[in-house]
Amino acid sequence: MATEGYIAGSGFSPRRVGAALTHTWHKGLGALRLVLRTTSGRIGLPIVLVHAVIFVAGSWLAPYSFTSFNLAEDGTLEQLVGPSRHFLLGTDQFGRDILSRVMSGSTSLIAVAGSGTLLGIAMGSIVGMGSAYMGKWVDEVVMRIMDGLMSFPSLLMALLVISALGPNVLYIVATVAIVTTPGVARVMRSATLTLKEQEFVQSARLRGESAPYIIFREILPNTLPVMGVELTVRLSYSILIVASLGFLGLGVQPPSPDWGLMISQGRQFLSSAPWVALAPAGAVASLIVGVNLLTDGIRQASNMPREVAP
Amino acid sequence: MLRYIIRRLGLIIVTLAVISLAIFAIVEILPGDVAKMMLKQNATEESLDRLREQLGLYRPWYERYFDWVWGVLRGDWGTSYVTGIPISEILGRRVVHSLALALFALVFGIPLAVLAGIWAGIRPDRLADRIMSMVGMVGISMPEFVTGVIFMLVLASKFELLPPTSMMLPGETPWTRPQILVLPALTLTVVLFAYIMRMTRASVIEVMQSAYVRTATLKGIPMHQVVRRHVLPNAMLPTITIIAANMGYMLGGLIIVENVFAYPGLGQMLLFSIQQRDFPLLESLVLLIAGTYAISNLLADLSYAALDPRIRVS
Repeated sequence: MATEGYIAGSGFSPRRVGAALTHTWHKGLGALRLVLRTTSGRIGLPIVLVHAVIFVAGSWLAPYSFTSFNLAEDGTLEQLVGPSRHFLLGTDQFGRDILSRVMSGSTSLIAVAGSGTLLGIAMGSIVGMGSAYMGKWVDEVVMRIMDGLMSFPSLLMALLVISALGPNVLYIVATVAIVTTPGVARVMRSATLTLKEQEFVQSARLRGESAPYIIFREILPNTLPVMGVELTVRLSYSILIVASLGFLGLGVQPPSPDWGLMISQGRQFLSSAPWVALAPAGAVASLIVGVNLLTDGIRQASNMPREVAP
Repeated sequence: MLRYIIRRLGLIIVTLAVISLAIFAIVEILPGDVAKMMLKQNATEESLDRLREQLGLYRPWYERYFDWVWGVLRGDWGTSYVTGIPISEILGRRVVHSLALALFALVFGIPLAVLAGIWAGIRPDRLADRIMSMVGMVGISMPEFVTGVIFMLVLASKFELLPPTSMMLPGETPWTRPQILVLPALTLTVVLFAYIMRMTRASVIEVMQSAYVRTATLKGIPMHQVVRRHVLPNAMLPTITIIAANMGYMLGGLIIVENVFAYPGLGQMLLFSIQQRDFPLLESLVLLIAGTYAISNLLADLSYAALDPRIRVS
């Protein structure tokens, strides 16, 4: 385990922290090399990296403002102009540059889906670990409720919650978290149930350690790999949900650029100006394909025989 | 087996109760005053009061919840606030439309997906398998509204083979103009195909590595016979479950696909009821969709238990 380096000494000397960081860095490089050996990883990683750059610096790198109505030299609106030197992906019905809108739309989609997923994993972990640790009737009741929540198709659940709360960025994050929670709770519960029976947990209990100590110091660190897998799998699903909400008009409200909404509105110009819908469609599709491919690459790499890290 | 069925049926009742309570709770906290919405601007305080009384909004929540559940059980689903039509009447037609779409997708999607999955799984890591894996990966990743728009662009706008939207005129049914079904069904099939194909492939690969398949091969039985007699019966088991479990994706997909093509099914009605804040209609739709999902999961579990004795023993 990579964490051994930290646990060995409890004192925080700079030299120890430095050594631990170098250790993690080498481990990370080794893992990256393994992921890049798989076809999925080789295709997925570059796609995800491009999206990551756009996510961080998209609205800054964009050639125009995503709300500016661009005018031609004679003062007319550059409406539905095809891809050209000035507008690489064309313009929409208001003369706004589509490339800039796609680039600026990345930030809100990924931030909302990402933070919703993180929150959902945190909530699911608390529910799942707590339920498994308490056991008895608490476990039974909590898990029945989670089963009930899981019996909603996720999109239906998201629609129901968002219609109750209203389309606001924070509420969309909450919706994604609520949709993510039951599945994570189930996975974390079964991981905790297995760990609970292991000797190191039993002995901690015999030592008379408190419940929070056992949960946070003994069980939690050992569930981190499970949580990591959940994160990557749920992330692509959350992106899909957020984009779908946008498409249905229940996402981030205009004039903020939302990929789903751009596709929805671009449908009416599909025969005359297909680029209006196709550009955001390509963006959302490549993002989800990229994340899924990278996940698949990581999964394959973790099954490969391990190399000794340099 | 009987004991397993009884336990599973007991669970489904609990699940349906949780679902109905959750729906009711969420609708309770929905913002917006129904009475104001129904009477629009010309509402007086007095008429608002009378309407709230009529709708039973002043009664405690548990009374209204049990009234609602009791009504649903008797087949009285209430009246839509916005249209004033009994909900059972609206839903009847819509259910048929959505069902037609789902069946269309299932009938084309499942056989194709199973065949492709077997083809890829028999010889893993060959070119055919690599291509199918990529297709499957892209298929599960593409949002329905992206595939839908691409199909619309190519098949309706460029080549004008099919109508771009699936709106129905009054009096029309999917059977009088079946071509409106093709684009939405095709879109729905893509995701379904990808999921079922991947699952079939995975279980075929697993069975191919088993001892009895190796024995059969070493005995000199021709490959096609090994596949038909030994691999398929065992590999189909998980696939059947996946097909039933995929109803959930299917139902979520229906919501999107119907709205992409303006096809008048349950999914389009659902968005309408959210936009119009038509609570009784929204409650009924969500209950219907979630109930269908829960029951298809039950069928999946039961069919799996019927096929595999190991499940019902544990």
